[in-house]
Amino acid sequence: MANLLMRIFRGSPKEPGTFAEFEVPVEEGMVVLDALHWIQAHAAPDLAVRWNCKAAKCGSCSAEVNGRPSLTCKTRLSDFDLDEPITVEPMRAFPLVRDLVTDVSWNYEINRSIPPFQPPADTPVEEWRWQQEDIERVQEYRKCIECFLCQDVCHVLRNHEVERPFLGPRFLVRAAGLEMHPIDTADRTGYLKDDGGIGLCNITKCCTEVCPEHIKITDNAIIPLKERVADRYYDPIQMFWRRLRGDRSSAPAAAAPAASDGGDRSS
Amino acid sequence: MTTTPTVLKPAGTAARGLGRTNRRDTWWVAPGIQAVLFTVCATYLFFSGIVWNPLFGTPYLVDGYLSPLFSPLLFPDALPRFISPGLLILWVPLGFRATCYYYRKAYYRFYFADPPGCAVGEPSVHRGYKMETAFPFILQNIHRYFLYLAFIPLTFLWIDAFGAVFGQSGGVRVGLGGVLFFVNVTLLTGYSLSCHSLRHVVGGRLDCFSCTRRQQVRYGLWQRLTDLNRHHMAWAWASLISVTLADLYVRLLALGVIADPAIRL
Ligand code: SF4
Ligand code: SF4
Ligand code: FES
Ligand code: FES
Repeated sequence: MANLLMRIFRGSPKEPGTFAEFEVPVEEGMVVLDALHWIQAHAAPDLAVRWNCKAAKCGSCSAEVNGRPSLTCKTRLSDFDLDEPITVEPMRAFPLVRDLVTDVSWNYEINRSIPPFQPPADTPVEEWRWQQEDIERVQEYRKCIECFLCQDVCHVLRNHEVERPFLGPRFLVRAAGLEMHPIDTADRTGYLKDDGGIGLCNITKCCTEVCPEHIKITDNAIIPLKERVADRYYDPIQMFWRRLRGDRSSAPAAAAPAASDGGDRSS
Repeated sequence: MTTTPTVLKPAGTAARGLGRTNRRDTWWVAPGIQAVLFTVCATYLFFSGIVWNPLFGTPYLVDGYLSPLFSPLLFPDALPRFISPGLLILWVPLGFRATCYYYRKAYYRFYFADPPGCAVGEPSVHRGYKMETAFPFILQNIHRYFLYLAFIPLTFLWIDAFGAVFGQSGGVRVGLGGVLFFVNVTLLTGYSLSCHSLRHVVGGRLDCFSCTRRQQVRYGLWQRLTDLNRHHMAWAWASLISVTLADLYVRLLALGVIADPAIRL
């Protein structure tokens, strides 16, 4: 097969980045990560690339291929017109470490701010019970491999920089998984509204478009959370109803899932 | 509940400036087409529902067909000539669509370029971004109220569709207008039932679907609405186009430009 021209970003925080060009022999079944490995082995041994599983499961090899946030181990060369060069650059929403490697540690820090799973205090672990239909919704969120492609593409994180705190789609997915868990008793709506910055998301769905696990991030995690926040803070009828029922706390109350309202926190 | 303070994301290296991207695909085509279609339909509907009558007096009710923009018809004779009866109704579907999660996605992209496309640079005027945390966009949170209200005109549209076919003095009339009315009201019903807020109200806000009999019923309904919700975008476009065509049909009938082909039984 013919050779492919690849334009690979090279640079570090101290030097201005440039695109270096490499000719890579293409073989059947190759993915972008294979081409990067070929370059490392034959032309640029110091090329910094992060990867681990090469099976689209560890989430390490995220980069931008022809401007699109992608897992390089899942992106086939056969999907491109090989007469045109292919550009590979690092995720742009995060600070550069070197070449294709970025510093994603902020993600782990912001994750720690999410109120953790809070099972009912009076039920011992061995008595935790739930049905499959109660947990199915949450299982979709648990497919996340933490590739951070959604964080990279999200325009709030990417283009608006950092004026206000925002969890980003990956951690809205995680918060949804906790919030909708059938035996979790915490209420994260106040946290999501303020520290989580859920109102900054304008549901433009780029996160959903790039997720390699095909999690319907916007429709199934973010919008349902926005609706829960609306229940608590923006819906006068719900507020009035809660008041009638004697829930006066503006700080969210914990609701036991086995209560007669089935864990319905707002009606 | 105590949480550790939220940390701000350190700056990345994304290119600044409207449209700056290394994407090679034609990312601007879909929002471009949507912008044209949305603008044409919205402008037409606004003109037809609010301006056309006071200005030109063109009828909106002809031969048993009432334009969907005017249903239910409220005090048509009591209003001064410069106020279109559509004004009393139109704010409901208008508010419903303007605050719809799908349309928000679409117009934030094509009207506000926020973002113009995924991994595409934005104009620099977007500094100080607050979006739906502050006025005016914080008002999007009242979407559910527009949803509740939207079922009122929707009910009347079903009555109108049946009326256009069965409410004729000469018996049953299966006309092109009647078919159009049924298609339109079906699409509008699909659009309303596939709404994200409805999905939430019906079952999405529950944490436990199996706990009580009532929750199980709500779970079943939530599943049905979730199926519809997957195609919310398709419902949104199809119903926008059908309502535009249904109104246009009535107007053209009224102007005598077309006749209503019908079978009378
Ligand atoms: S839908 Fe929200 S979280 Fe997802 S990319 Fe868009 S703004 Fe970011
Ligand atoms: S939600 Fe999807 S895109 Fe985001 S980090 Fe998880 S797997 Fe990656
Ligand atoms: S190397 Fe593990 S996801 Fe690509
Ligand atoms: S989300 Fe589109 S109508 Fe409610």
